[in-house]
Amino acid sequence: MLAKIRESEALWLFRRSPAAMLAALIAVVIITAAVLAPWIAPTNPYDLSSFSLIDGLLPPVWQDGGDPRFLLGTDDQGRDMLSSILYGARLSLAIAGMAMAVALVLGVGLGLAAGYFGGRFDAIVMRIADIQLALPAILTALLIDGISRGILPRELHDDLRLGVITLAIALSLWVNFARTARASVFVERSKDYVQAAIMMGQHPLRIMLRHILPNILGPLLVIATVDLASAILLEATLSFLGVGLPADSPSLGTLIRIGMQYLLSGEWWILWIPTIFLVVLVVSINLLGDFLRDLFNPGLR
Amino acid sequence: MAVFILKRLIQSVFVMLAVAFLAFSLFSFVGDPISQMTGVETSLEDQARLREELGLNDPFIVQFARFTGDMLQGNFGYSYRTREPIGAMLLDRLPATLELGTVALIISLIAGIPAGIYTALNPRGVLSQSMLIATLIGVSIPTFVIGILLIFLFGVQLGWLPTFGRSGTVEIGWWRSSLFTVDGWRSLVLPGLTLGLFQLTLTMRLVRAQMMEVMRTDHIRFAIARGIPWRSIRYRHALSNTMIPVITVIGLQFGGVIAFSIVTESVFQWPGMGLLFLESIRFVDIPVMSVYLVVIAFFFVVINLLVDLLYLLIDPRLRVREAA
Amino acid sequence: MLTVEDLTVRFHHRSGAATAVEGVSLTVGQGEIHGLVGESGAGKSTIGASIMGLLPAAGEIASGRLMLGETDLRALTASEAHQIRGKRISMIFQDPQTSLNPLMTIGDQLIETIQAHEEISTDAARARAIALLEEIGITDATRRIRAYPHQFSGGMRQRVVIALALCTNPELIVADEPTTALDVSVQAQVLKLLRSLARDRGVGFILITHDIGVIAQVADRVTVLRGGRIVEQGETRQVLTAPEAPYTQALMAAVPPLDHRLDRFHLPVVVGEETETAGAEAAREAEDWLREGIGSAAGPELELSGITVRFHGERQGFFGARESFTALDDVSLTVRPGTVMGLVGESGSGKSTLAKVVAALVQPSSGEMRLGGAQLPFMRTRHRHHPSRRLLQMVFQDPFSSLNARHRIATILGEPLWLYGLETDRTRRDRLVRSMLALVGLPPEAADRYPHQFSGGQRQRIAVARALLSRPGLLICDEPTSALDVSIQAQILNLLKDMQSRFGLTTLFISHDLAVVRQMSDDIAVLQGGKLVETGPSEPFFTRPAAGYSQDLLANTPRVRFDRSVA
Repeated sequence: MLAKIRESEALWLFRRSPAAMLAALIAVVIITAAVLAPWIAPTNPYDLSSFSLIDGLLPPVWQDGGDPRFLLGTDDQGRDMLSSILYGARLSLAIAGMAMAVALVLGVGLGLAAGYFGGRFDAIVMRIADIQLALPAILTALLIDGISRGILPRELHDDLRLGVITLAIALSLWVNFARTARASVFVERSKDYVQAAIMMGQHPLRIMLRHILPNILGPLLVIATVDLASAILLEATLSFLGVGLPADSPSLGTLIRIGMQYLLSGEWWILWIPTIFLVVLVVSINLLGDFLRDLFNPGLR
Repeated sequence: MAVFILKRLIQSVFVMLAVAFLAFSLFSFVGDPISQMTGVETSLEDQARLREELGLNDPFIVQFARFTGDMLQGNFGYSYRTREPIGAMLLDRLPATLELGTVALIISLIAGIPAGIYTALNPRGVLSQSMLIATLIGVSIPTFVIGILLIFLFGVQLGWLPTFGRSGTVEIGWWRSSLFTVDGWRSLVLPGLTLGLFQLTLTMRLVRAQMMEVMRTDHIRFAIARGIPWRSIRYRHALSNTMIPVITVIGLQFGGVIAFSIVTESVFQWPGMGLLFLESIRFVDIPVMSVYLVVIAFFFVVINLLVDLLYLLIDPRLRVREAA
Repeated sequence: MLTVEDLTVRFHHRSGAATAVEGVSLTVGQGEIHGLVGESGAGKSTIGASIMGLLPAAGEIASGRLMLGETDLRALTASEAHQIRGKRISMIFQDPQTSLNPLMTIGDQLIETIQAHEEISTDAARARAIALLEEIGITDATRRIRAYPHQFSGGMRQRVVIALALCTNPELIVADEPTTALDVSVQAQVLKLLRSLARDRGVGFILITHDIGVIAQVADRVTVLRGGRIVEQGETRQVLTAPEAPYTQALMAAVPPLDHRLDRFHLPVVVGEETETAGAEAAREAEDWLREGIGSAAGPELELSGITVRFHGERQGFFGARESFTALDDVSLTVRPGTVMGLVGESGSGKSTLAKVVAALVQPSSGEMRLGGAQLPFMRTRHRHHPSRRLLQMVFQDPFSSLNARHRIATILGEPLWLYGLETDRTRRDRLVRSMLALVGLPPEAADRYPHQFSGGQRQRIAVARALLSRPGLLICDEPTSALDVSIQAQILNLLKDMQSRFGLTTLFISHDLAVVRQMSDDIAVLQGGKLVETGPSEPFFTRPAAGYSQDLLANTPRVRFDRSVA
């Protein structure tokens, strides 16, 4: 590894940065809670028998009329808000995580190859990346969603919704990875240790994966963190625009869209609690990303 | 220099051709235009005749050429959904989006650039640190949440500004503008802010990072060692070197403005192109989708051309080639 | 004029405070050039920054007096110090490529500097700037003052930098490695300029450099520094010809002489790094293994004929034409079996490109290569398993990037052994790696560590070990010591000489430094602008170079010895 010194320094900086520690703590708690939702959530919001209209529109416990069974209140159907949020976050994180992983593999793969081989392949990949960059993420995702609606029969499209959304997000995020990987490879490739490996006649795949990749992990980790946050935002935005996930399996964005109907009424919790939850989650991930960026780019501190 | 501009122009034409190709592929491969245009009662012969009339049996390349030619003449085809000419639909919506986007971009630049400079020059200050934290939260709040917040605060709680729609417009020729009445401005403020805030955080962070990098370069250290007044070091030497990369990104940001205008227009029910696009996606209105794509790409290419020209003005390394 | 007394500078790191400079005293008189010389970590740049008042935020002057004439530099407020900068003290940086604002004409930069310190009209300031540029050797200054920095060559840019430092008539100029980024011919001109400015204008200079040759050429007085302390101080001639301190003596012994060839550098232990001397037994295995593979015959002959390399510049846009540029033009030379060919030239001469052509890292457009009589294919056609891949090894210039930071030394050194199938047994590989480390003067335990745990010199030893572990016949050394301090350079040159003669390696030794090349090579080849200027046996070359260019090159290379008249 870039050595024990580097690692201990990272740890040292981490301990010294209360913001980063708090962010990490919040992110870990939220992500764990979301992953464990089926086991720790009070009710299952997908199970129609688990809630009833009688419990509809109850405020959170700390407000008058709150019910201790529903910590964060209920929606108009009588669904427990806490459970909905945990399940929603689980779905949001699953989509964002998968999209990020697909983008990472695709982007890093193309970026490594483009940077290493250069020439025409590089030109083509980067030209596509440029066009992709000119088309902002939301536009790309919307287009892909629109195209899939046009190509796929309606029922199939609904079934594949999750996959389409994930793909749409992944395709709008791969460019970041590809550009970062390529730029780092360009720098690394001209370094003598890579030249030495090329000269010795090592296999290009080995040079890319075993020599170059470990040396460019730092910036890629930063991008991965920041992109996870972007993916969560993107999913929420798509769901908010109504082209994301359907209302029967609501993600955080869908919950907020539904909550919008209560913007003008007194039932503030239906809108604001999922909103705050989403923002806190994204802020903490972004804070972590910022910390990592500073760590790998000490010049900007 | 002329060569440089010419090259960029040719490049732009190719980018536009590529986008047109993409749009056309969308148009011809996604869904069958005939079945979209006709109902179940149309006979197969009629369908075939229509197909022939529309030239859908021609070779792909001929169809593409016709498509491009039509586009160039401002003939954008008809919407599947409303059966209206798309050109007129877009023209109707264009001013709303352009005004919204311009106001947002101006907000982001006017506030973002000075804030970036300030935080770069006083990195350890309390104000800088709080501004940085604010931007971090800024990039973490989705645009639609910012919109909801603003509506809630200024529209619902305080009741100062309208919560949705575009009112108080004045028609100047075909251009319907909201810039000439108080009412128009009142309805423009909240969407403009919503769209601008996100771009603002990006602008500020970028300017800050660039400026901090420039402040560490040798020529700035040399200027300090020569006792050049600090004001000149910061705003003459450092700022101009900072703006060179920043300008490119601001050009790219225009894309972001357009994209997020879709969200903003949806939150505020702002009758612009973004809302139209969103509707066309919901109803799989392929022609509108593809024309929207072409129009957006056109704006993007024009803005980037302008950025290149601006480069020529700022950077002597591009302007003067010969040795002295 | 400038008096530094008992200066101590500390840096506060999070691990605690470190003393960078301790108890340094020196004076610079009017028109005097005072050299600060020392190896890396000697604190010479810190002294310069302290005088300028430009220490980084973590640095702090702990004690001492800094007097410029009657002004106490330490008593100044921040804004007073900024007033003095440029007006009374100025500075010249190392790299002229980055020292100038690329977006302003040199005229604007000069005028702004003059007006920052004087109430003077723009026209008068311009007139003064033009006069100064002419004085400094920039012809046609009236026209060229309107040019931007990128329109000047490196040497001309450094002249502009000097003009900027000089345009306010400062009493003192701190020059931090002012010629390190320049070729010898330009260096000679710039040094001459500094000399004449000191003499004619009475400007005092603090000349910070690692290069004793530069000191010998221009400095009146010299301070030798080591680890932040003064080792020796005095008149240049005195210090360099009859050094008193053992460290200075050792440093002088490590400087490669231009006028004769040494068999070996005799280095007292006070300089350089500790090397593993008790390792003879440990190194036996590696040595036997090498002999067994290489045999007693000398390495193969390398023949290059008509090598031409054309580079295509960046494409101007997607359809733009590429600007092409000829890096090597019809170069033919032969490296005799088991001998060292020294390849010299200034930057841009194509010497590194030639090394890369041989190493199959650059594709030539025409020519032919033969190694040991057999055809040596070019980059595109040299298969990954071609026998020359093992036979031909390289030691790179930058020891900080030539070893993969993420791999342990054992992994790095084991690579050639398994890649070429030289040793299939893991434990035997490991033993051999450790023994090879002993052979190049490192402890065998070094195998368990990572590259960043070693100094530049030690890493270069590791690089040599890696080359040897493939049982090479031909070794390419591309500026192997140019990133190292002079005492470390001497040690590495000794190591390379040892290994070359012991194992009869045919060697292509590339350097910009003629003195280094003289120590190493049997034959020599001079490149200029991609063309071969001269080639032949080394010793006659250094006494009677044939080509005019070679003569200039020799004349411009700084000499340390004072047995001839010094400028």
